[in-house]
Formats: sequence, structure tokens, C-alpha cells
Amino acid sequence: MDFLRPADWEEALAAKAEHPTAVPIAGGTDVMVEINFGHRRPEYLMDLGRVGDLAEWEVGEDCVRLGAAVPYTRIMEHLSAELPGLALASHTVASPQIRNRGGVGGNLGTASPAGDAHPALLAAGAEVEAASVRGVRRIPIDAFYTGVKRNALEPDELIRAVHVAKADGPQQFSKVGTRNAMVIAVCAFGLALHPATRTVRTGIGSAAPTPVRAGAAEEFLNAVLEEGGLWENGKIVTPSAVKRFAELCAAACDPIDDVRGTADYRRHAVGVMARRTFTWTWESYRGARRTTEGAV
Amino acid sequence: MRVNLTVNGRPQQADDVWEGESLLYVLRERMGLPGSKNACEQGECGSCTVRLDGVPVCSCLVAAGQAEGREVVTVEGLAEFARRRAEGGAAPGARAGQSASLDAARRWQAGGTDSQTGEHIELAPIQQAFIDAGAVQCGFCTPGLLVAADEMLERHPDPSDEDVREALSGNLCRCTGYETIMDAVRLAAARRSEEARA
Repeated sequence: MDFLRPADWEEALAAKAEHPTAVPIAGGTDVMVEINFGHRRPEYLMDLGRVGDLAEWEVGEDCVRLGAAVPYTRIMEHLSAELPGLALASHTVASPQIRNRGGVGGNLGTASPAGDAHPALLAAGAEVEAASVRGVRRIPIDAFYTGVKRNALEPDELIRAVHVAKADGPQQFSKVGTRNAMVIAVCAFGLALHPATRTVRTGIGSAAPTPVRAGAAEEFLNAVLEEGGLWENGKIVTPSAVKRFAELCAAACDPIDDVRGTADYRRHAVGVMARRTFTWTWESYRGARRTTEGAV
Repeated sequence: MRVNLTVNGRPQQADDVWEGESLLYVLRERMGLPGSKNACEQGECGSCTVRLDGVPVCSCLVAAGQAEGREVVTVEGLAEFARRRAEGGAAPGARAGQSASLDAARRWQAGGTDSQTGEHIELAPIQQAFIDAGAVQCGFCTPGLLVAADEMLERHPDPSDEDVREALSGNLCRCTGYETIMDAVRLAAARRSEEARA
């Protein structure tokens, strides 16, 4: 094994071009587990810890550019207003020690269906900034996950940042596990209301070979909200419509039975989380509307 | 490969380090600092918790090469670290150990390596609180809990029970049921606020 220590981003890209098998390591919270257990013996380990701007973020007008190695702790502390769904998801990652090291770039690089950030990124609408010596491209999050622990990166590419739309409405994240800390999701659900575009987006974790959106459920709910003029009038969504939305979310799953839970349980739990997260966010949206109107 | 880092205020060098080796292995097996415990090797148990540039991390998940040029505080250096912090000799948090003099490092090392190690040495307040509250049973999880609890009290001098539970949620203990550990942290916080009033 060789240990590569690029001093900056250009060096990192050059090293990755020269050694496409090099495994990037930032927080190490995934990679080191595999090395400690002998599951992985990469030819080259490339430490990105010296590439300073990977641990930085910029808040723009509509979007946050989040460096690939910004630790989850920072996201929780500093970005809960701009990226509430991702901040909630970050708070459910493992433990303080892990959150101090791990970041979204690692979640994306590993591309495990159980990664906590994925449902929030899917629901918020994100783009992955991938770079190589050949140039930079932005991969829409919907096209990023290509299989179990597989992603759309080319062998010479590294994840530099993720661009996430700033919240324009309430967002929620829910995760099922056996305890509150140190838990891999049995399944997880992210939901974001986007009043600016009159859309609802979702993200499902740990209930399909890849993180997925519940497309049919979103379309159904968008139509219900549109037809009832609910974005404008702020009325409640009927329980039967919410129930149907939850059923469609459950139907979007393609889960397996494993040690953490059965496929049936996962489908059921995703439906419950879909109903709850939508109800929470919709009540919050209606509440915010009332407050605004009261102020006028 | 060679790795240079500062451990408990003292510059250290390790040679022939395997590229996939963890910081924990370097501390325990190459530097003779077995305080940080090796248990799960996957970041689940927190018994290897150290501070890396002031931040609590699982040292089993830090590649040794990633610690190059960085500051590490282990449980062995916690008493000295806490003393300096109390004296205001070092800013709490990031890189706090940096100002430790070589003399101080030697004094720390002179604490002994036999079975009496640690006796007659002034403990960090959190260490004393763990003893007084009976929070140590088999002791395996204790070093990681001490490092994590000490850092939490640095940020939250008057923590709520939720603060304590959250800060220690990455440290597993199979003996105590955590209640005496909670007592110990409350005790340390109470003693500190009493001192501050005095």
C-alpha cells in the first residue's frame, strides 16, 4: 500500500489520474473500518485531509456549496437554517466522534443505500460536483446512485463538493433504528416542501438497492396540492390523500430482508415515516403562512 | 513510512508505519501509550477516543498518516491538559496541547510505567469525579469516556443531562448502566462551578 498526501486539490486530481485505483480517505469513518477488518487493501490510500477547501462551505443566493469533507458536526451547527433536512440527517449519524470526522463526500463516495445524507440530498435537490484533470462536472443527485455501493463517478474523478438548494420551505428527516445513536438505518425518509416551485420531494434510504425518490408519490401529492389550491389557501390535506401518499412511498421501496429488518417491515415503516414527515412539514408550512398573513 | 506528530505536548516520531495502520495502533503499539483502548475497530464503541487537534475522534478510524503534523491528546495526557487549561496556559479546544513545554512533557512521562503508574499524580477533575462517583468498574471504556466527557465540559461547563447523554452517546459501557457515569460528569461540573464561585 502507498500513502498519497496531496497538498492541494490540483495535486489530488493529478494523483487520482495517475492512480485511478487510489482510494480517497477524508474522515476515514468508512474506509478505515474496511482496512481494519481486512476487507479492503487498496493499492493507494489518498489522504484528502490536507486539501483545506474540502472542509469549507459557501452559502450563496439559492444554493449552498458544501465541501465534500465538511464534518457532519459543522453541518448541524452552521447550516440548519439553509439545509434543515441535511442538518437533521447529520444529527442522526453515528456519534459525536464520527460526526466530527465524517462528511457528505464520504457518504456519496461509499454510496451505501443506508447512508444518512442521501434521503436529505434527494429531497432537497442536490448536485454532486465531480472533478478530474479532464474538468469539472455536476451530477444531479437522481443520477448519482447507480447500484448497491456504486455511483456515477469515473475512476479518475473525485468528489469536491455538493451543491444543495437552500430550503425554501419546511424539511424533515426520519430514521428507524434500534436506538438513537450509533445506528445504521433500518430505513430512512427525507421530505422537503418547495413552495417556490409548488413541489414536494422525497428521499428513501435503506429500502432499495440505492437511495431513491418516491416519484409516483411525489406526483400524486403535487397534483393533490395543486388541484385543491392548497399551497395558496393553506388548508389541510385530507387524511385519505395523505394515506395514499404514504402507500405510494411504501410502494417505491424495493427492500430486502436482512439482519436489521425485513422487507415488509421496511415498506411499512417508510409509509409511516412518509405520513409523519409530510404532516409535520405541511403543518409547519400552514403555520408559517398564518403567521405571515397575521403580520400583514 | 515515517509519521511525525505531537502527543500530549511532546513531539513524537514513528518509523516503519504501515500505510493502512490506525492512529490507535501507533499510539498503543509504537508509542507505548495503551490508555486508549482497542475494542471494536469500527468506531462503534468510543473506547479509543482521543483529541485530534482538539476534536474528539475515534483513533481507530484515523489513518496514522492523516495524523502527520497534528496534535493528539490521549487519556495519559489528560491531567496535564486539564491543568494547563485551568491555568489558562493553553486555549481550550484546537491545538491546546501545542504550548506544552518539553519539560512538562518529561515531567508527565516521569509518572512511571510500573504497576503503580498514576499513583501520587494529580488527576484531571473529570478523572477524580469518575473515581469519587464510582463510575469505573472494569475500566475498559473509561479512557474514552474521560476524553469525551472532558471535552464536553469544556464546551458546556453547566451541561444538561441531554448534553451529557449526547456527548457520550458514542461511548459504550457494558458494566455501569451509565448512571454512575452521568453522576460523575454532573459531579465534575458541580465542582467546577463551585470553584468558579469561590
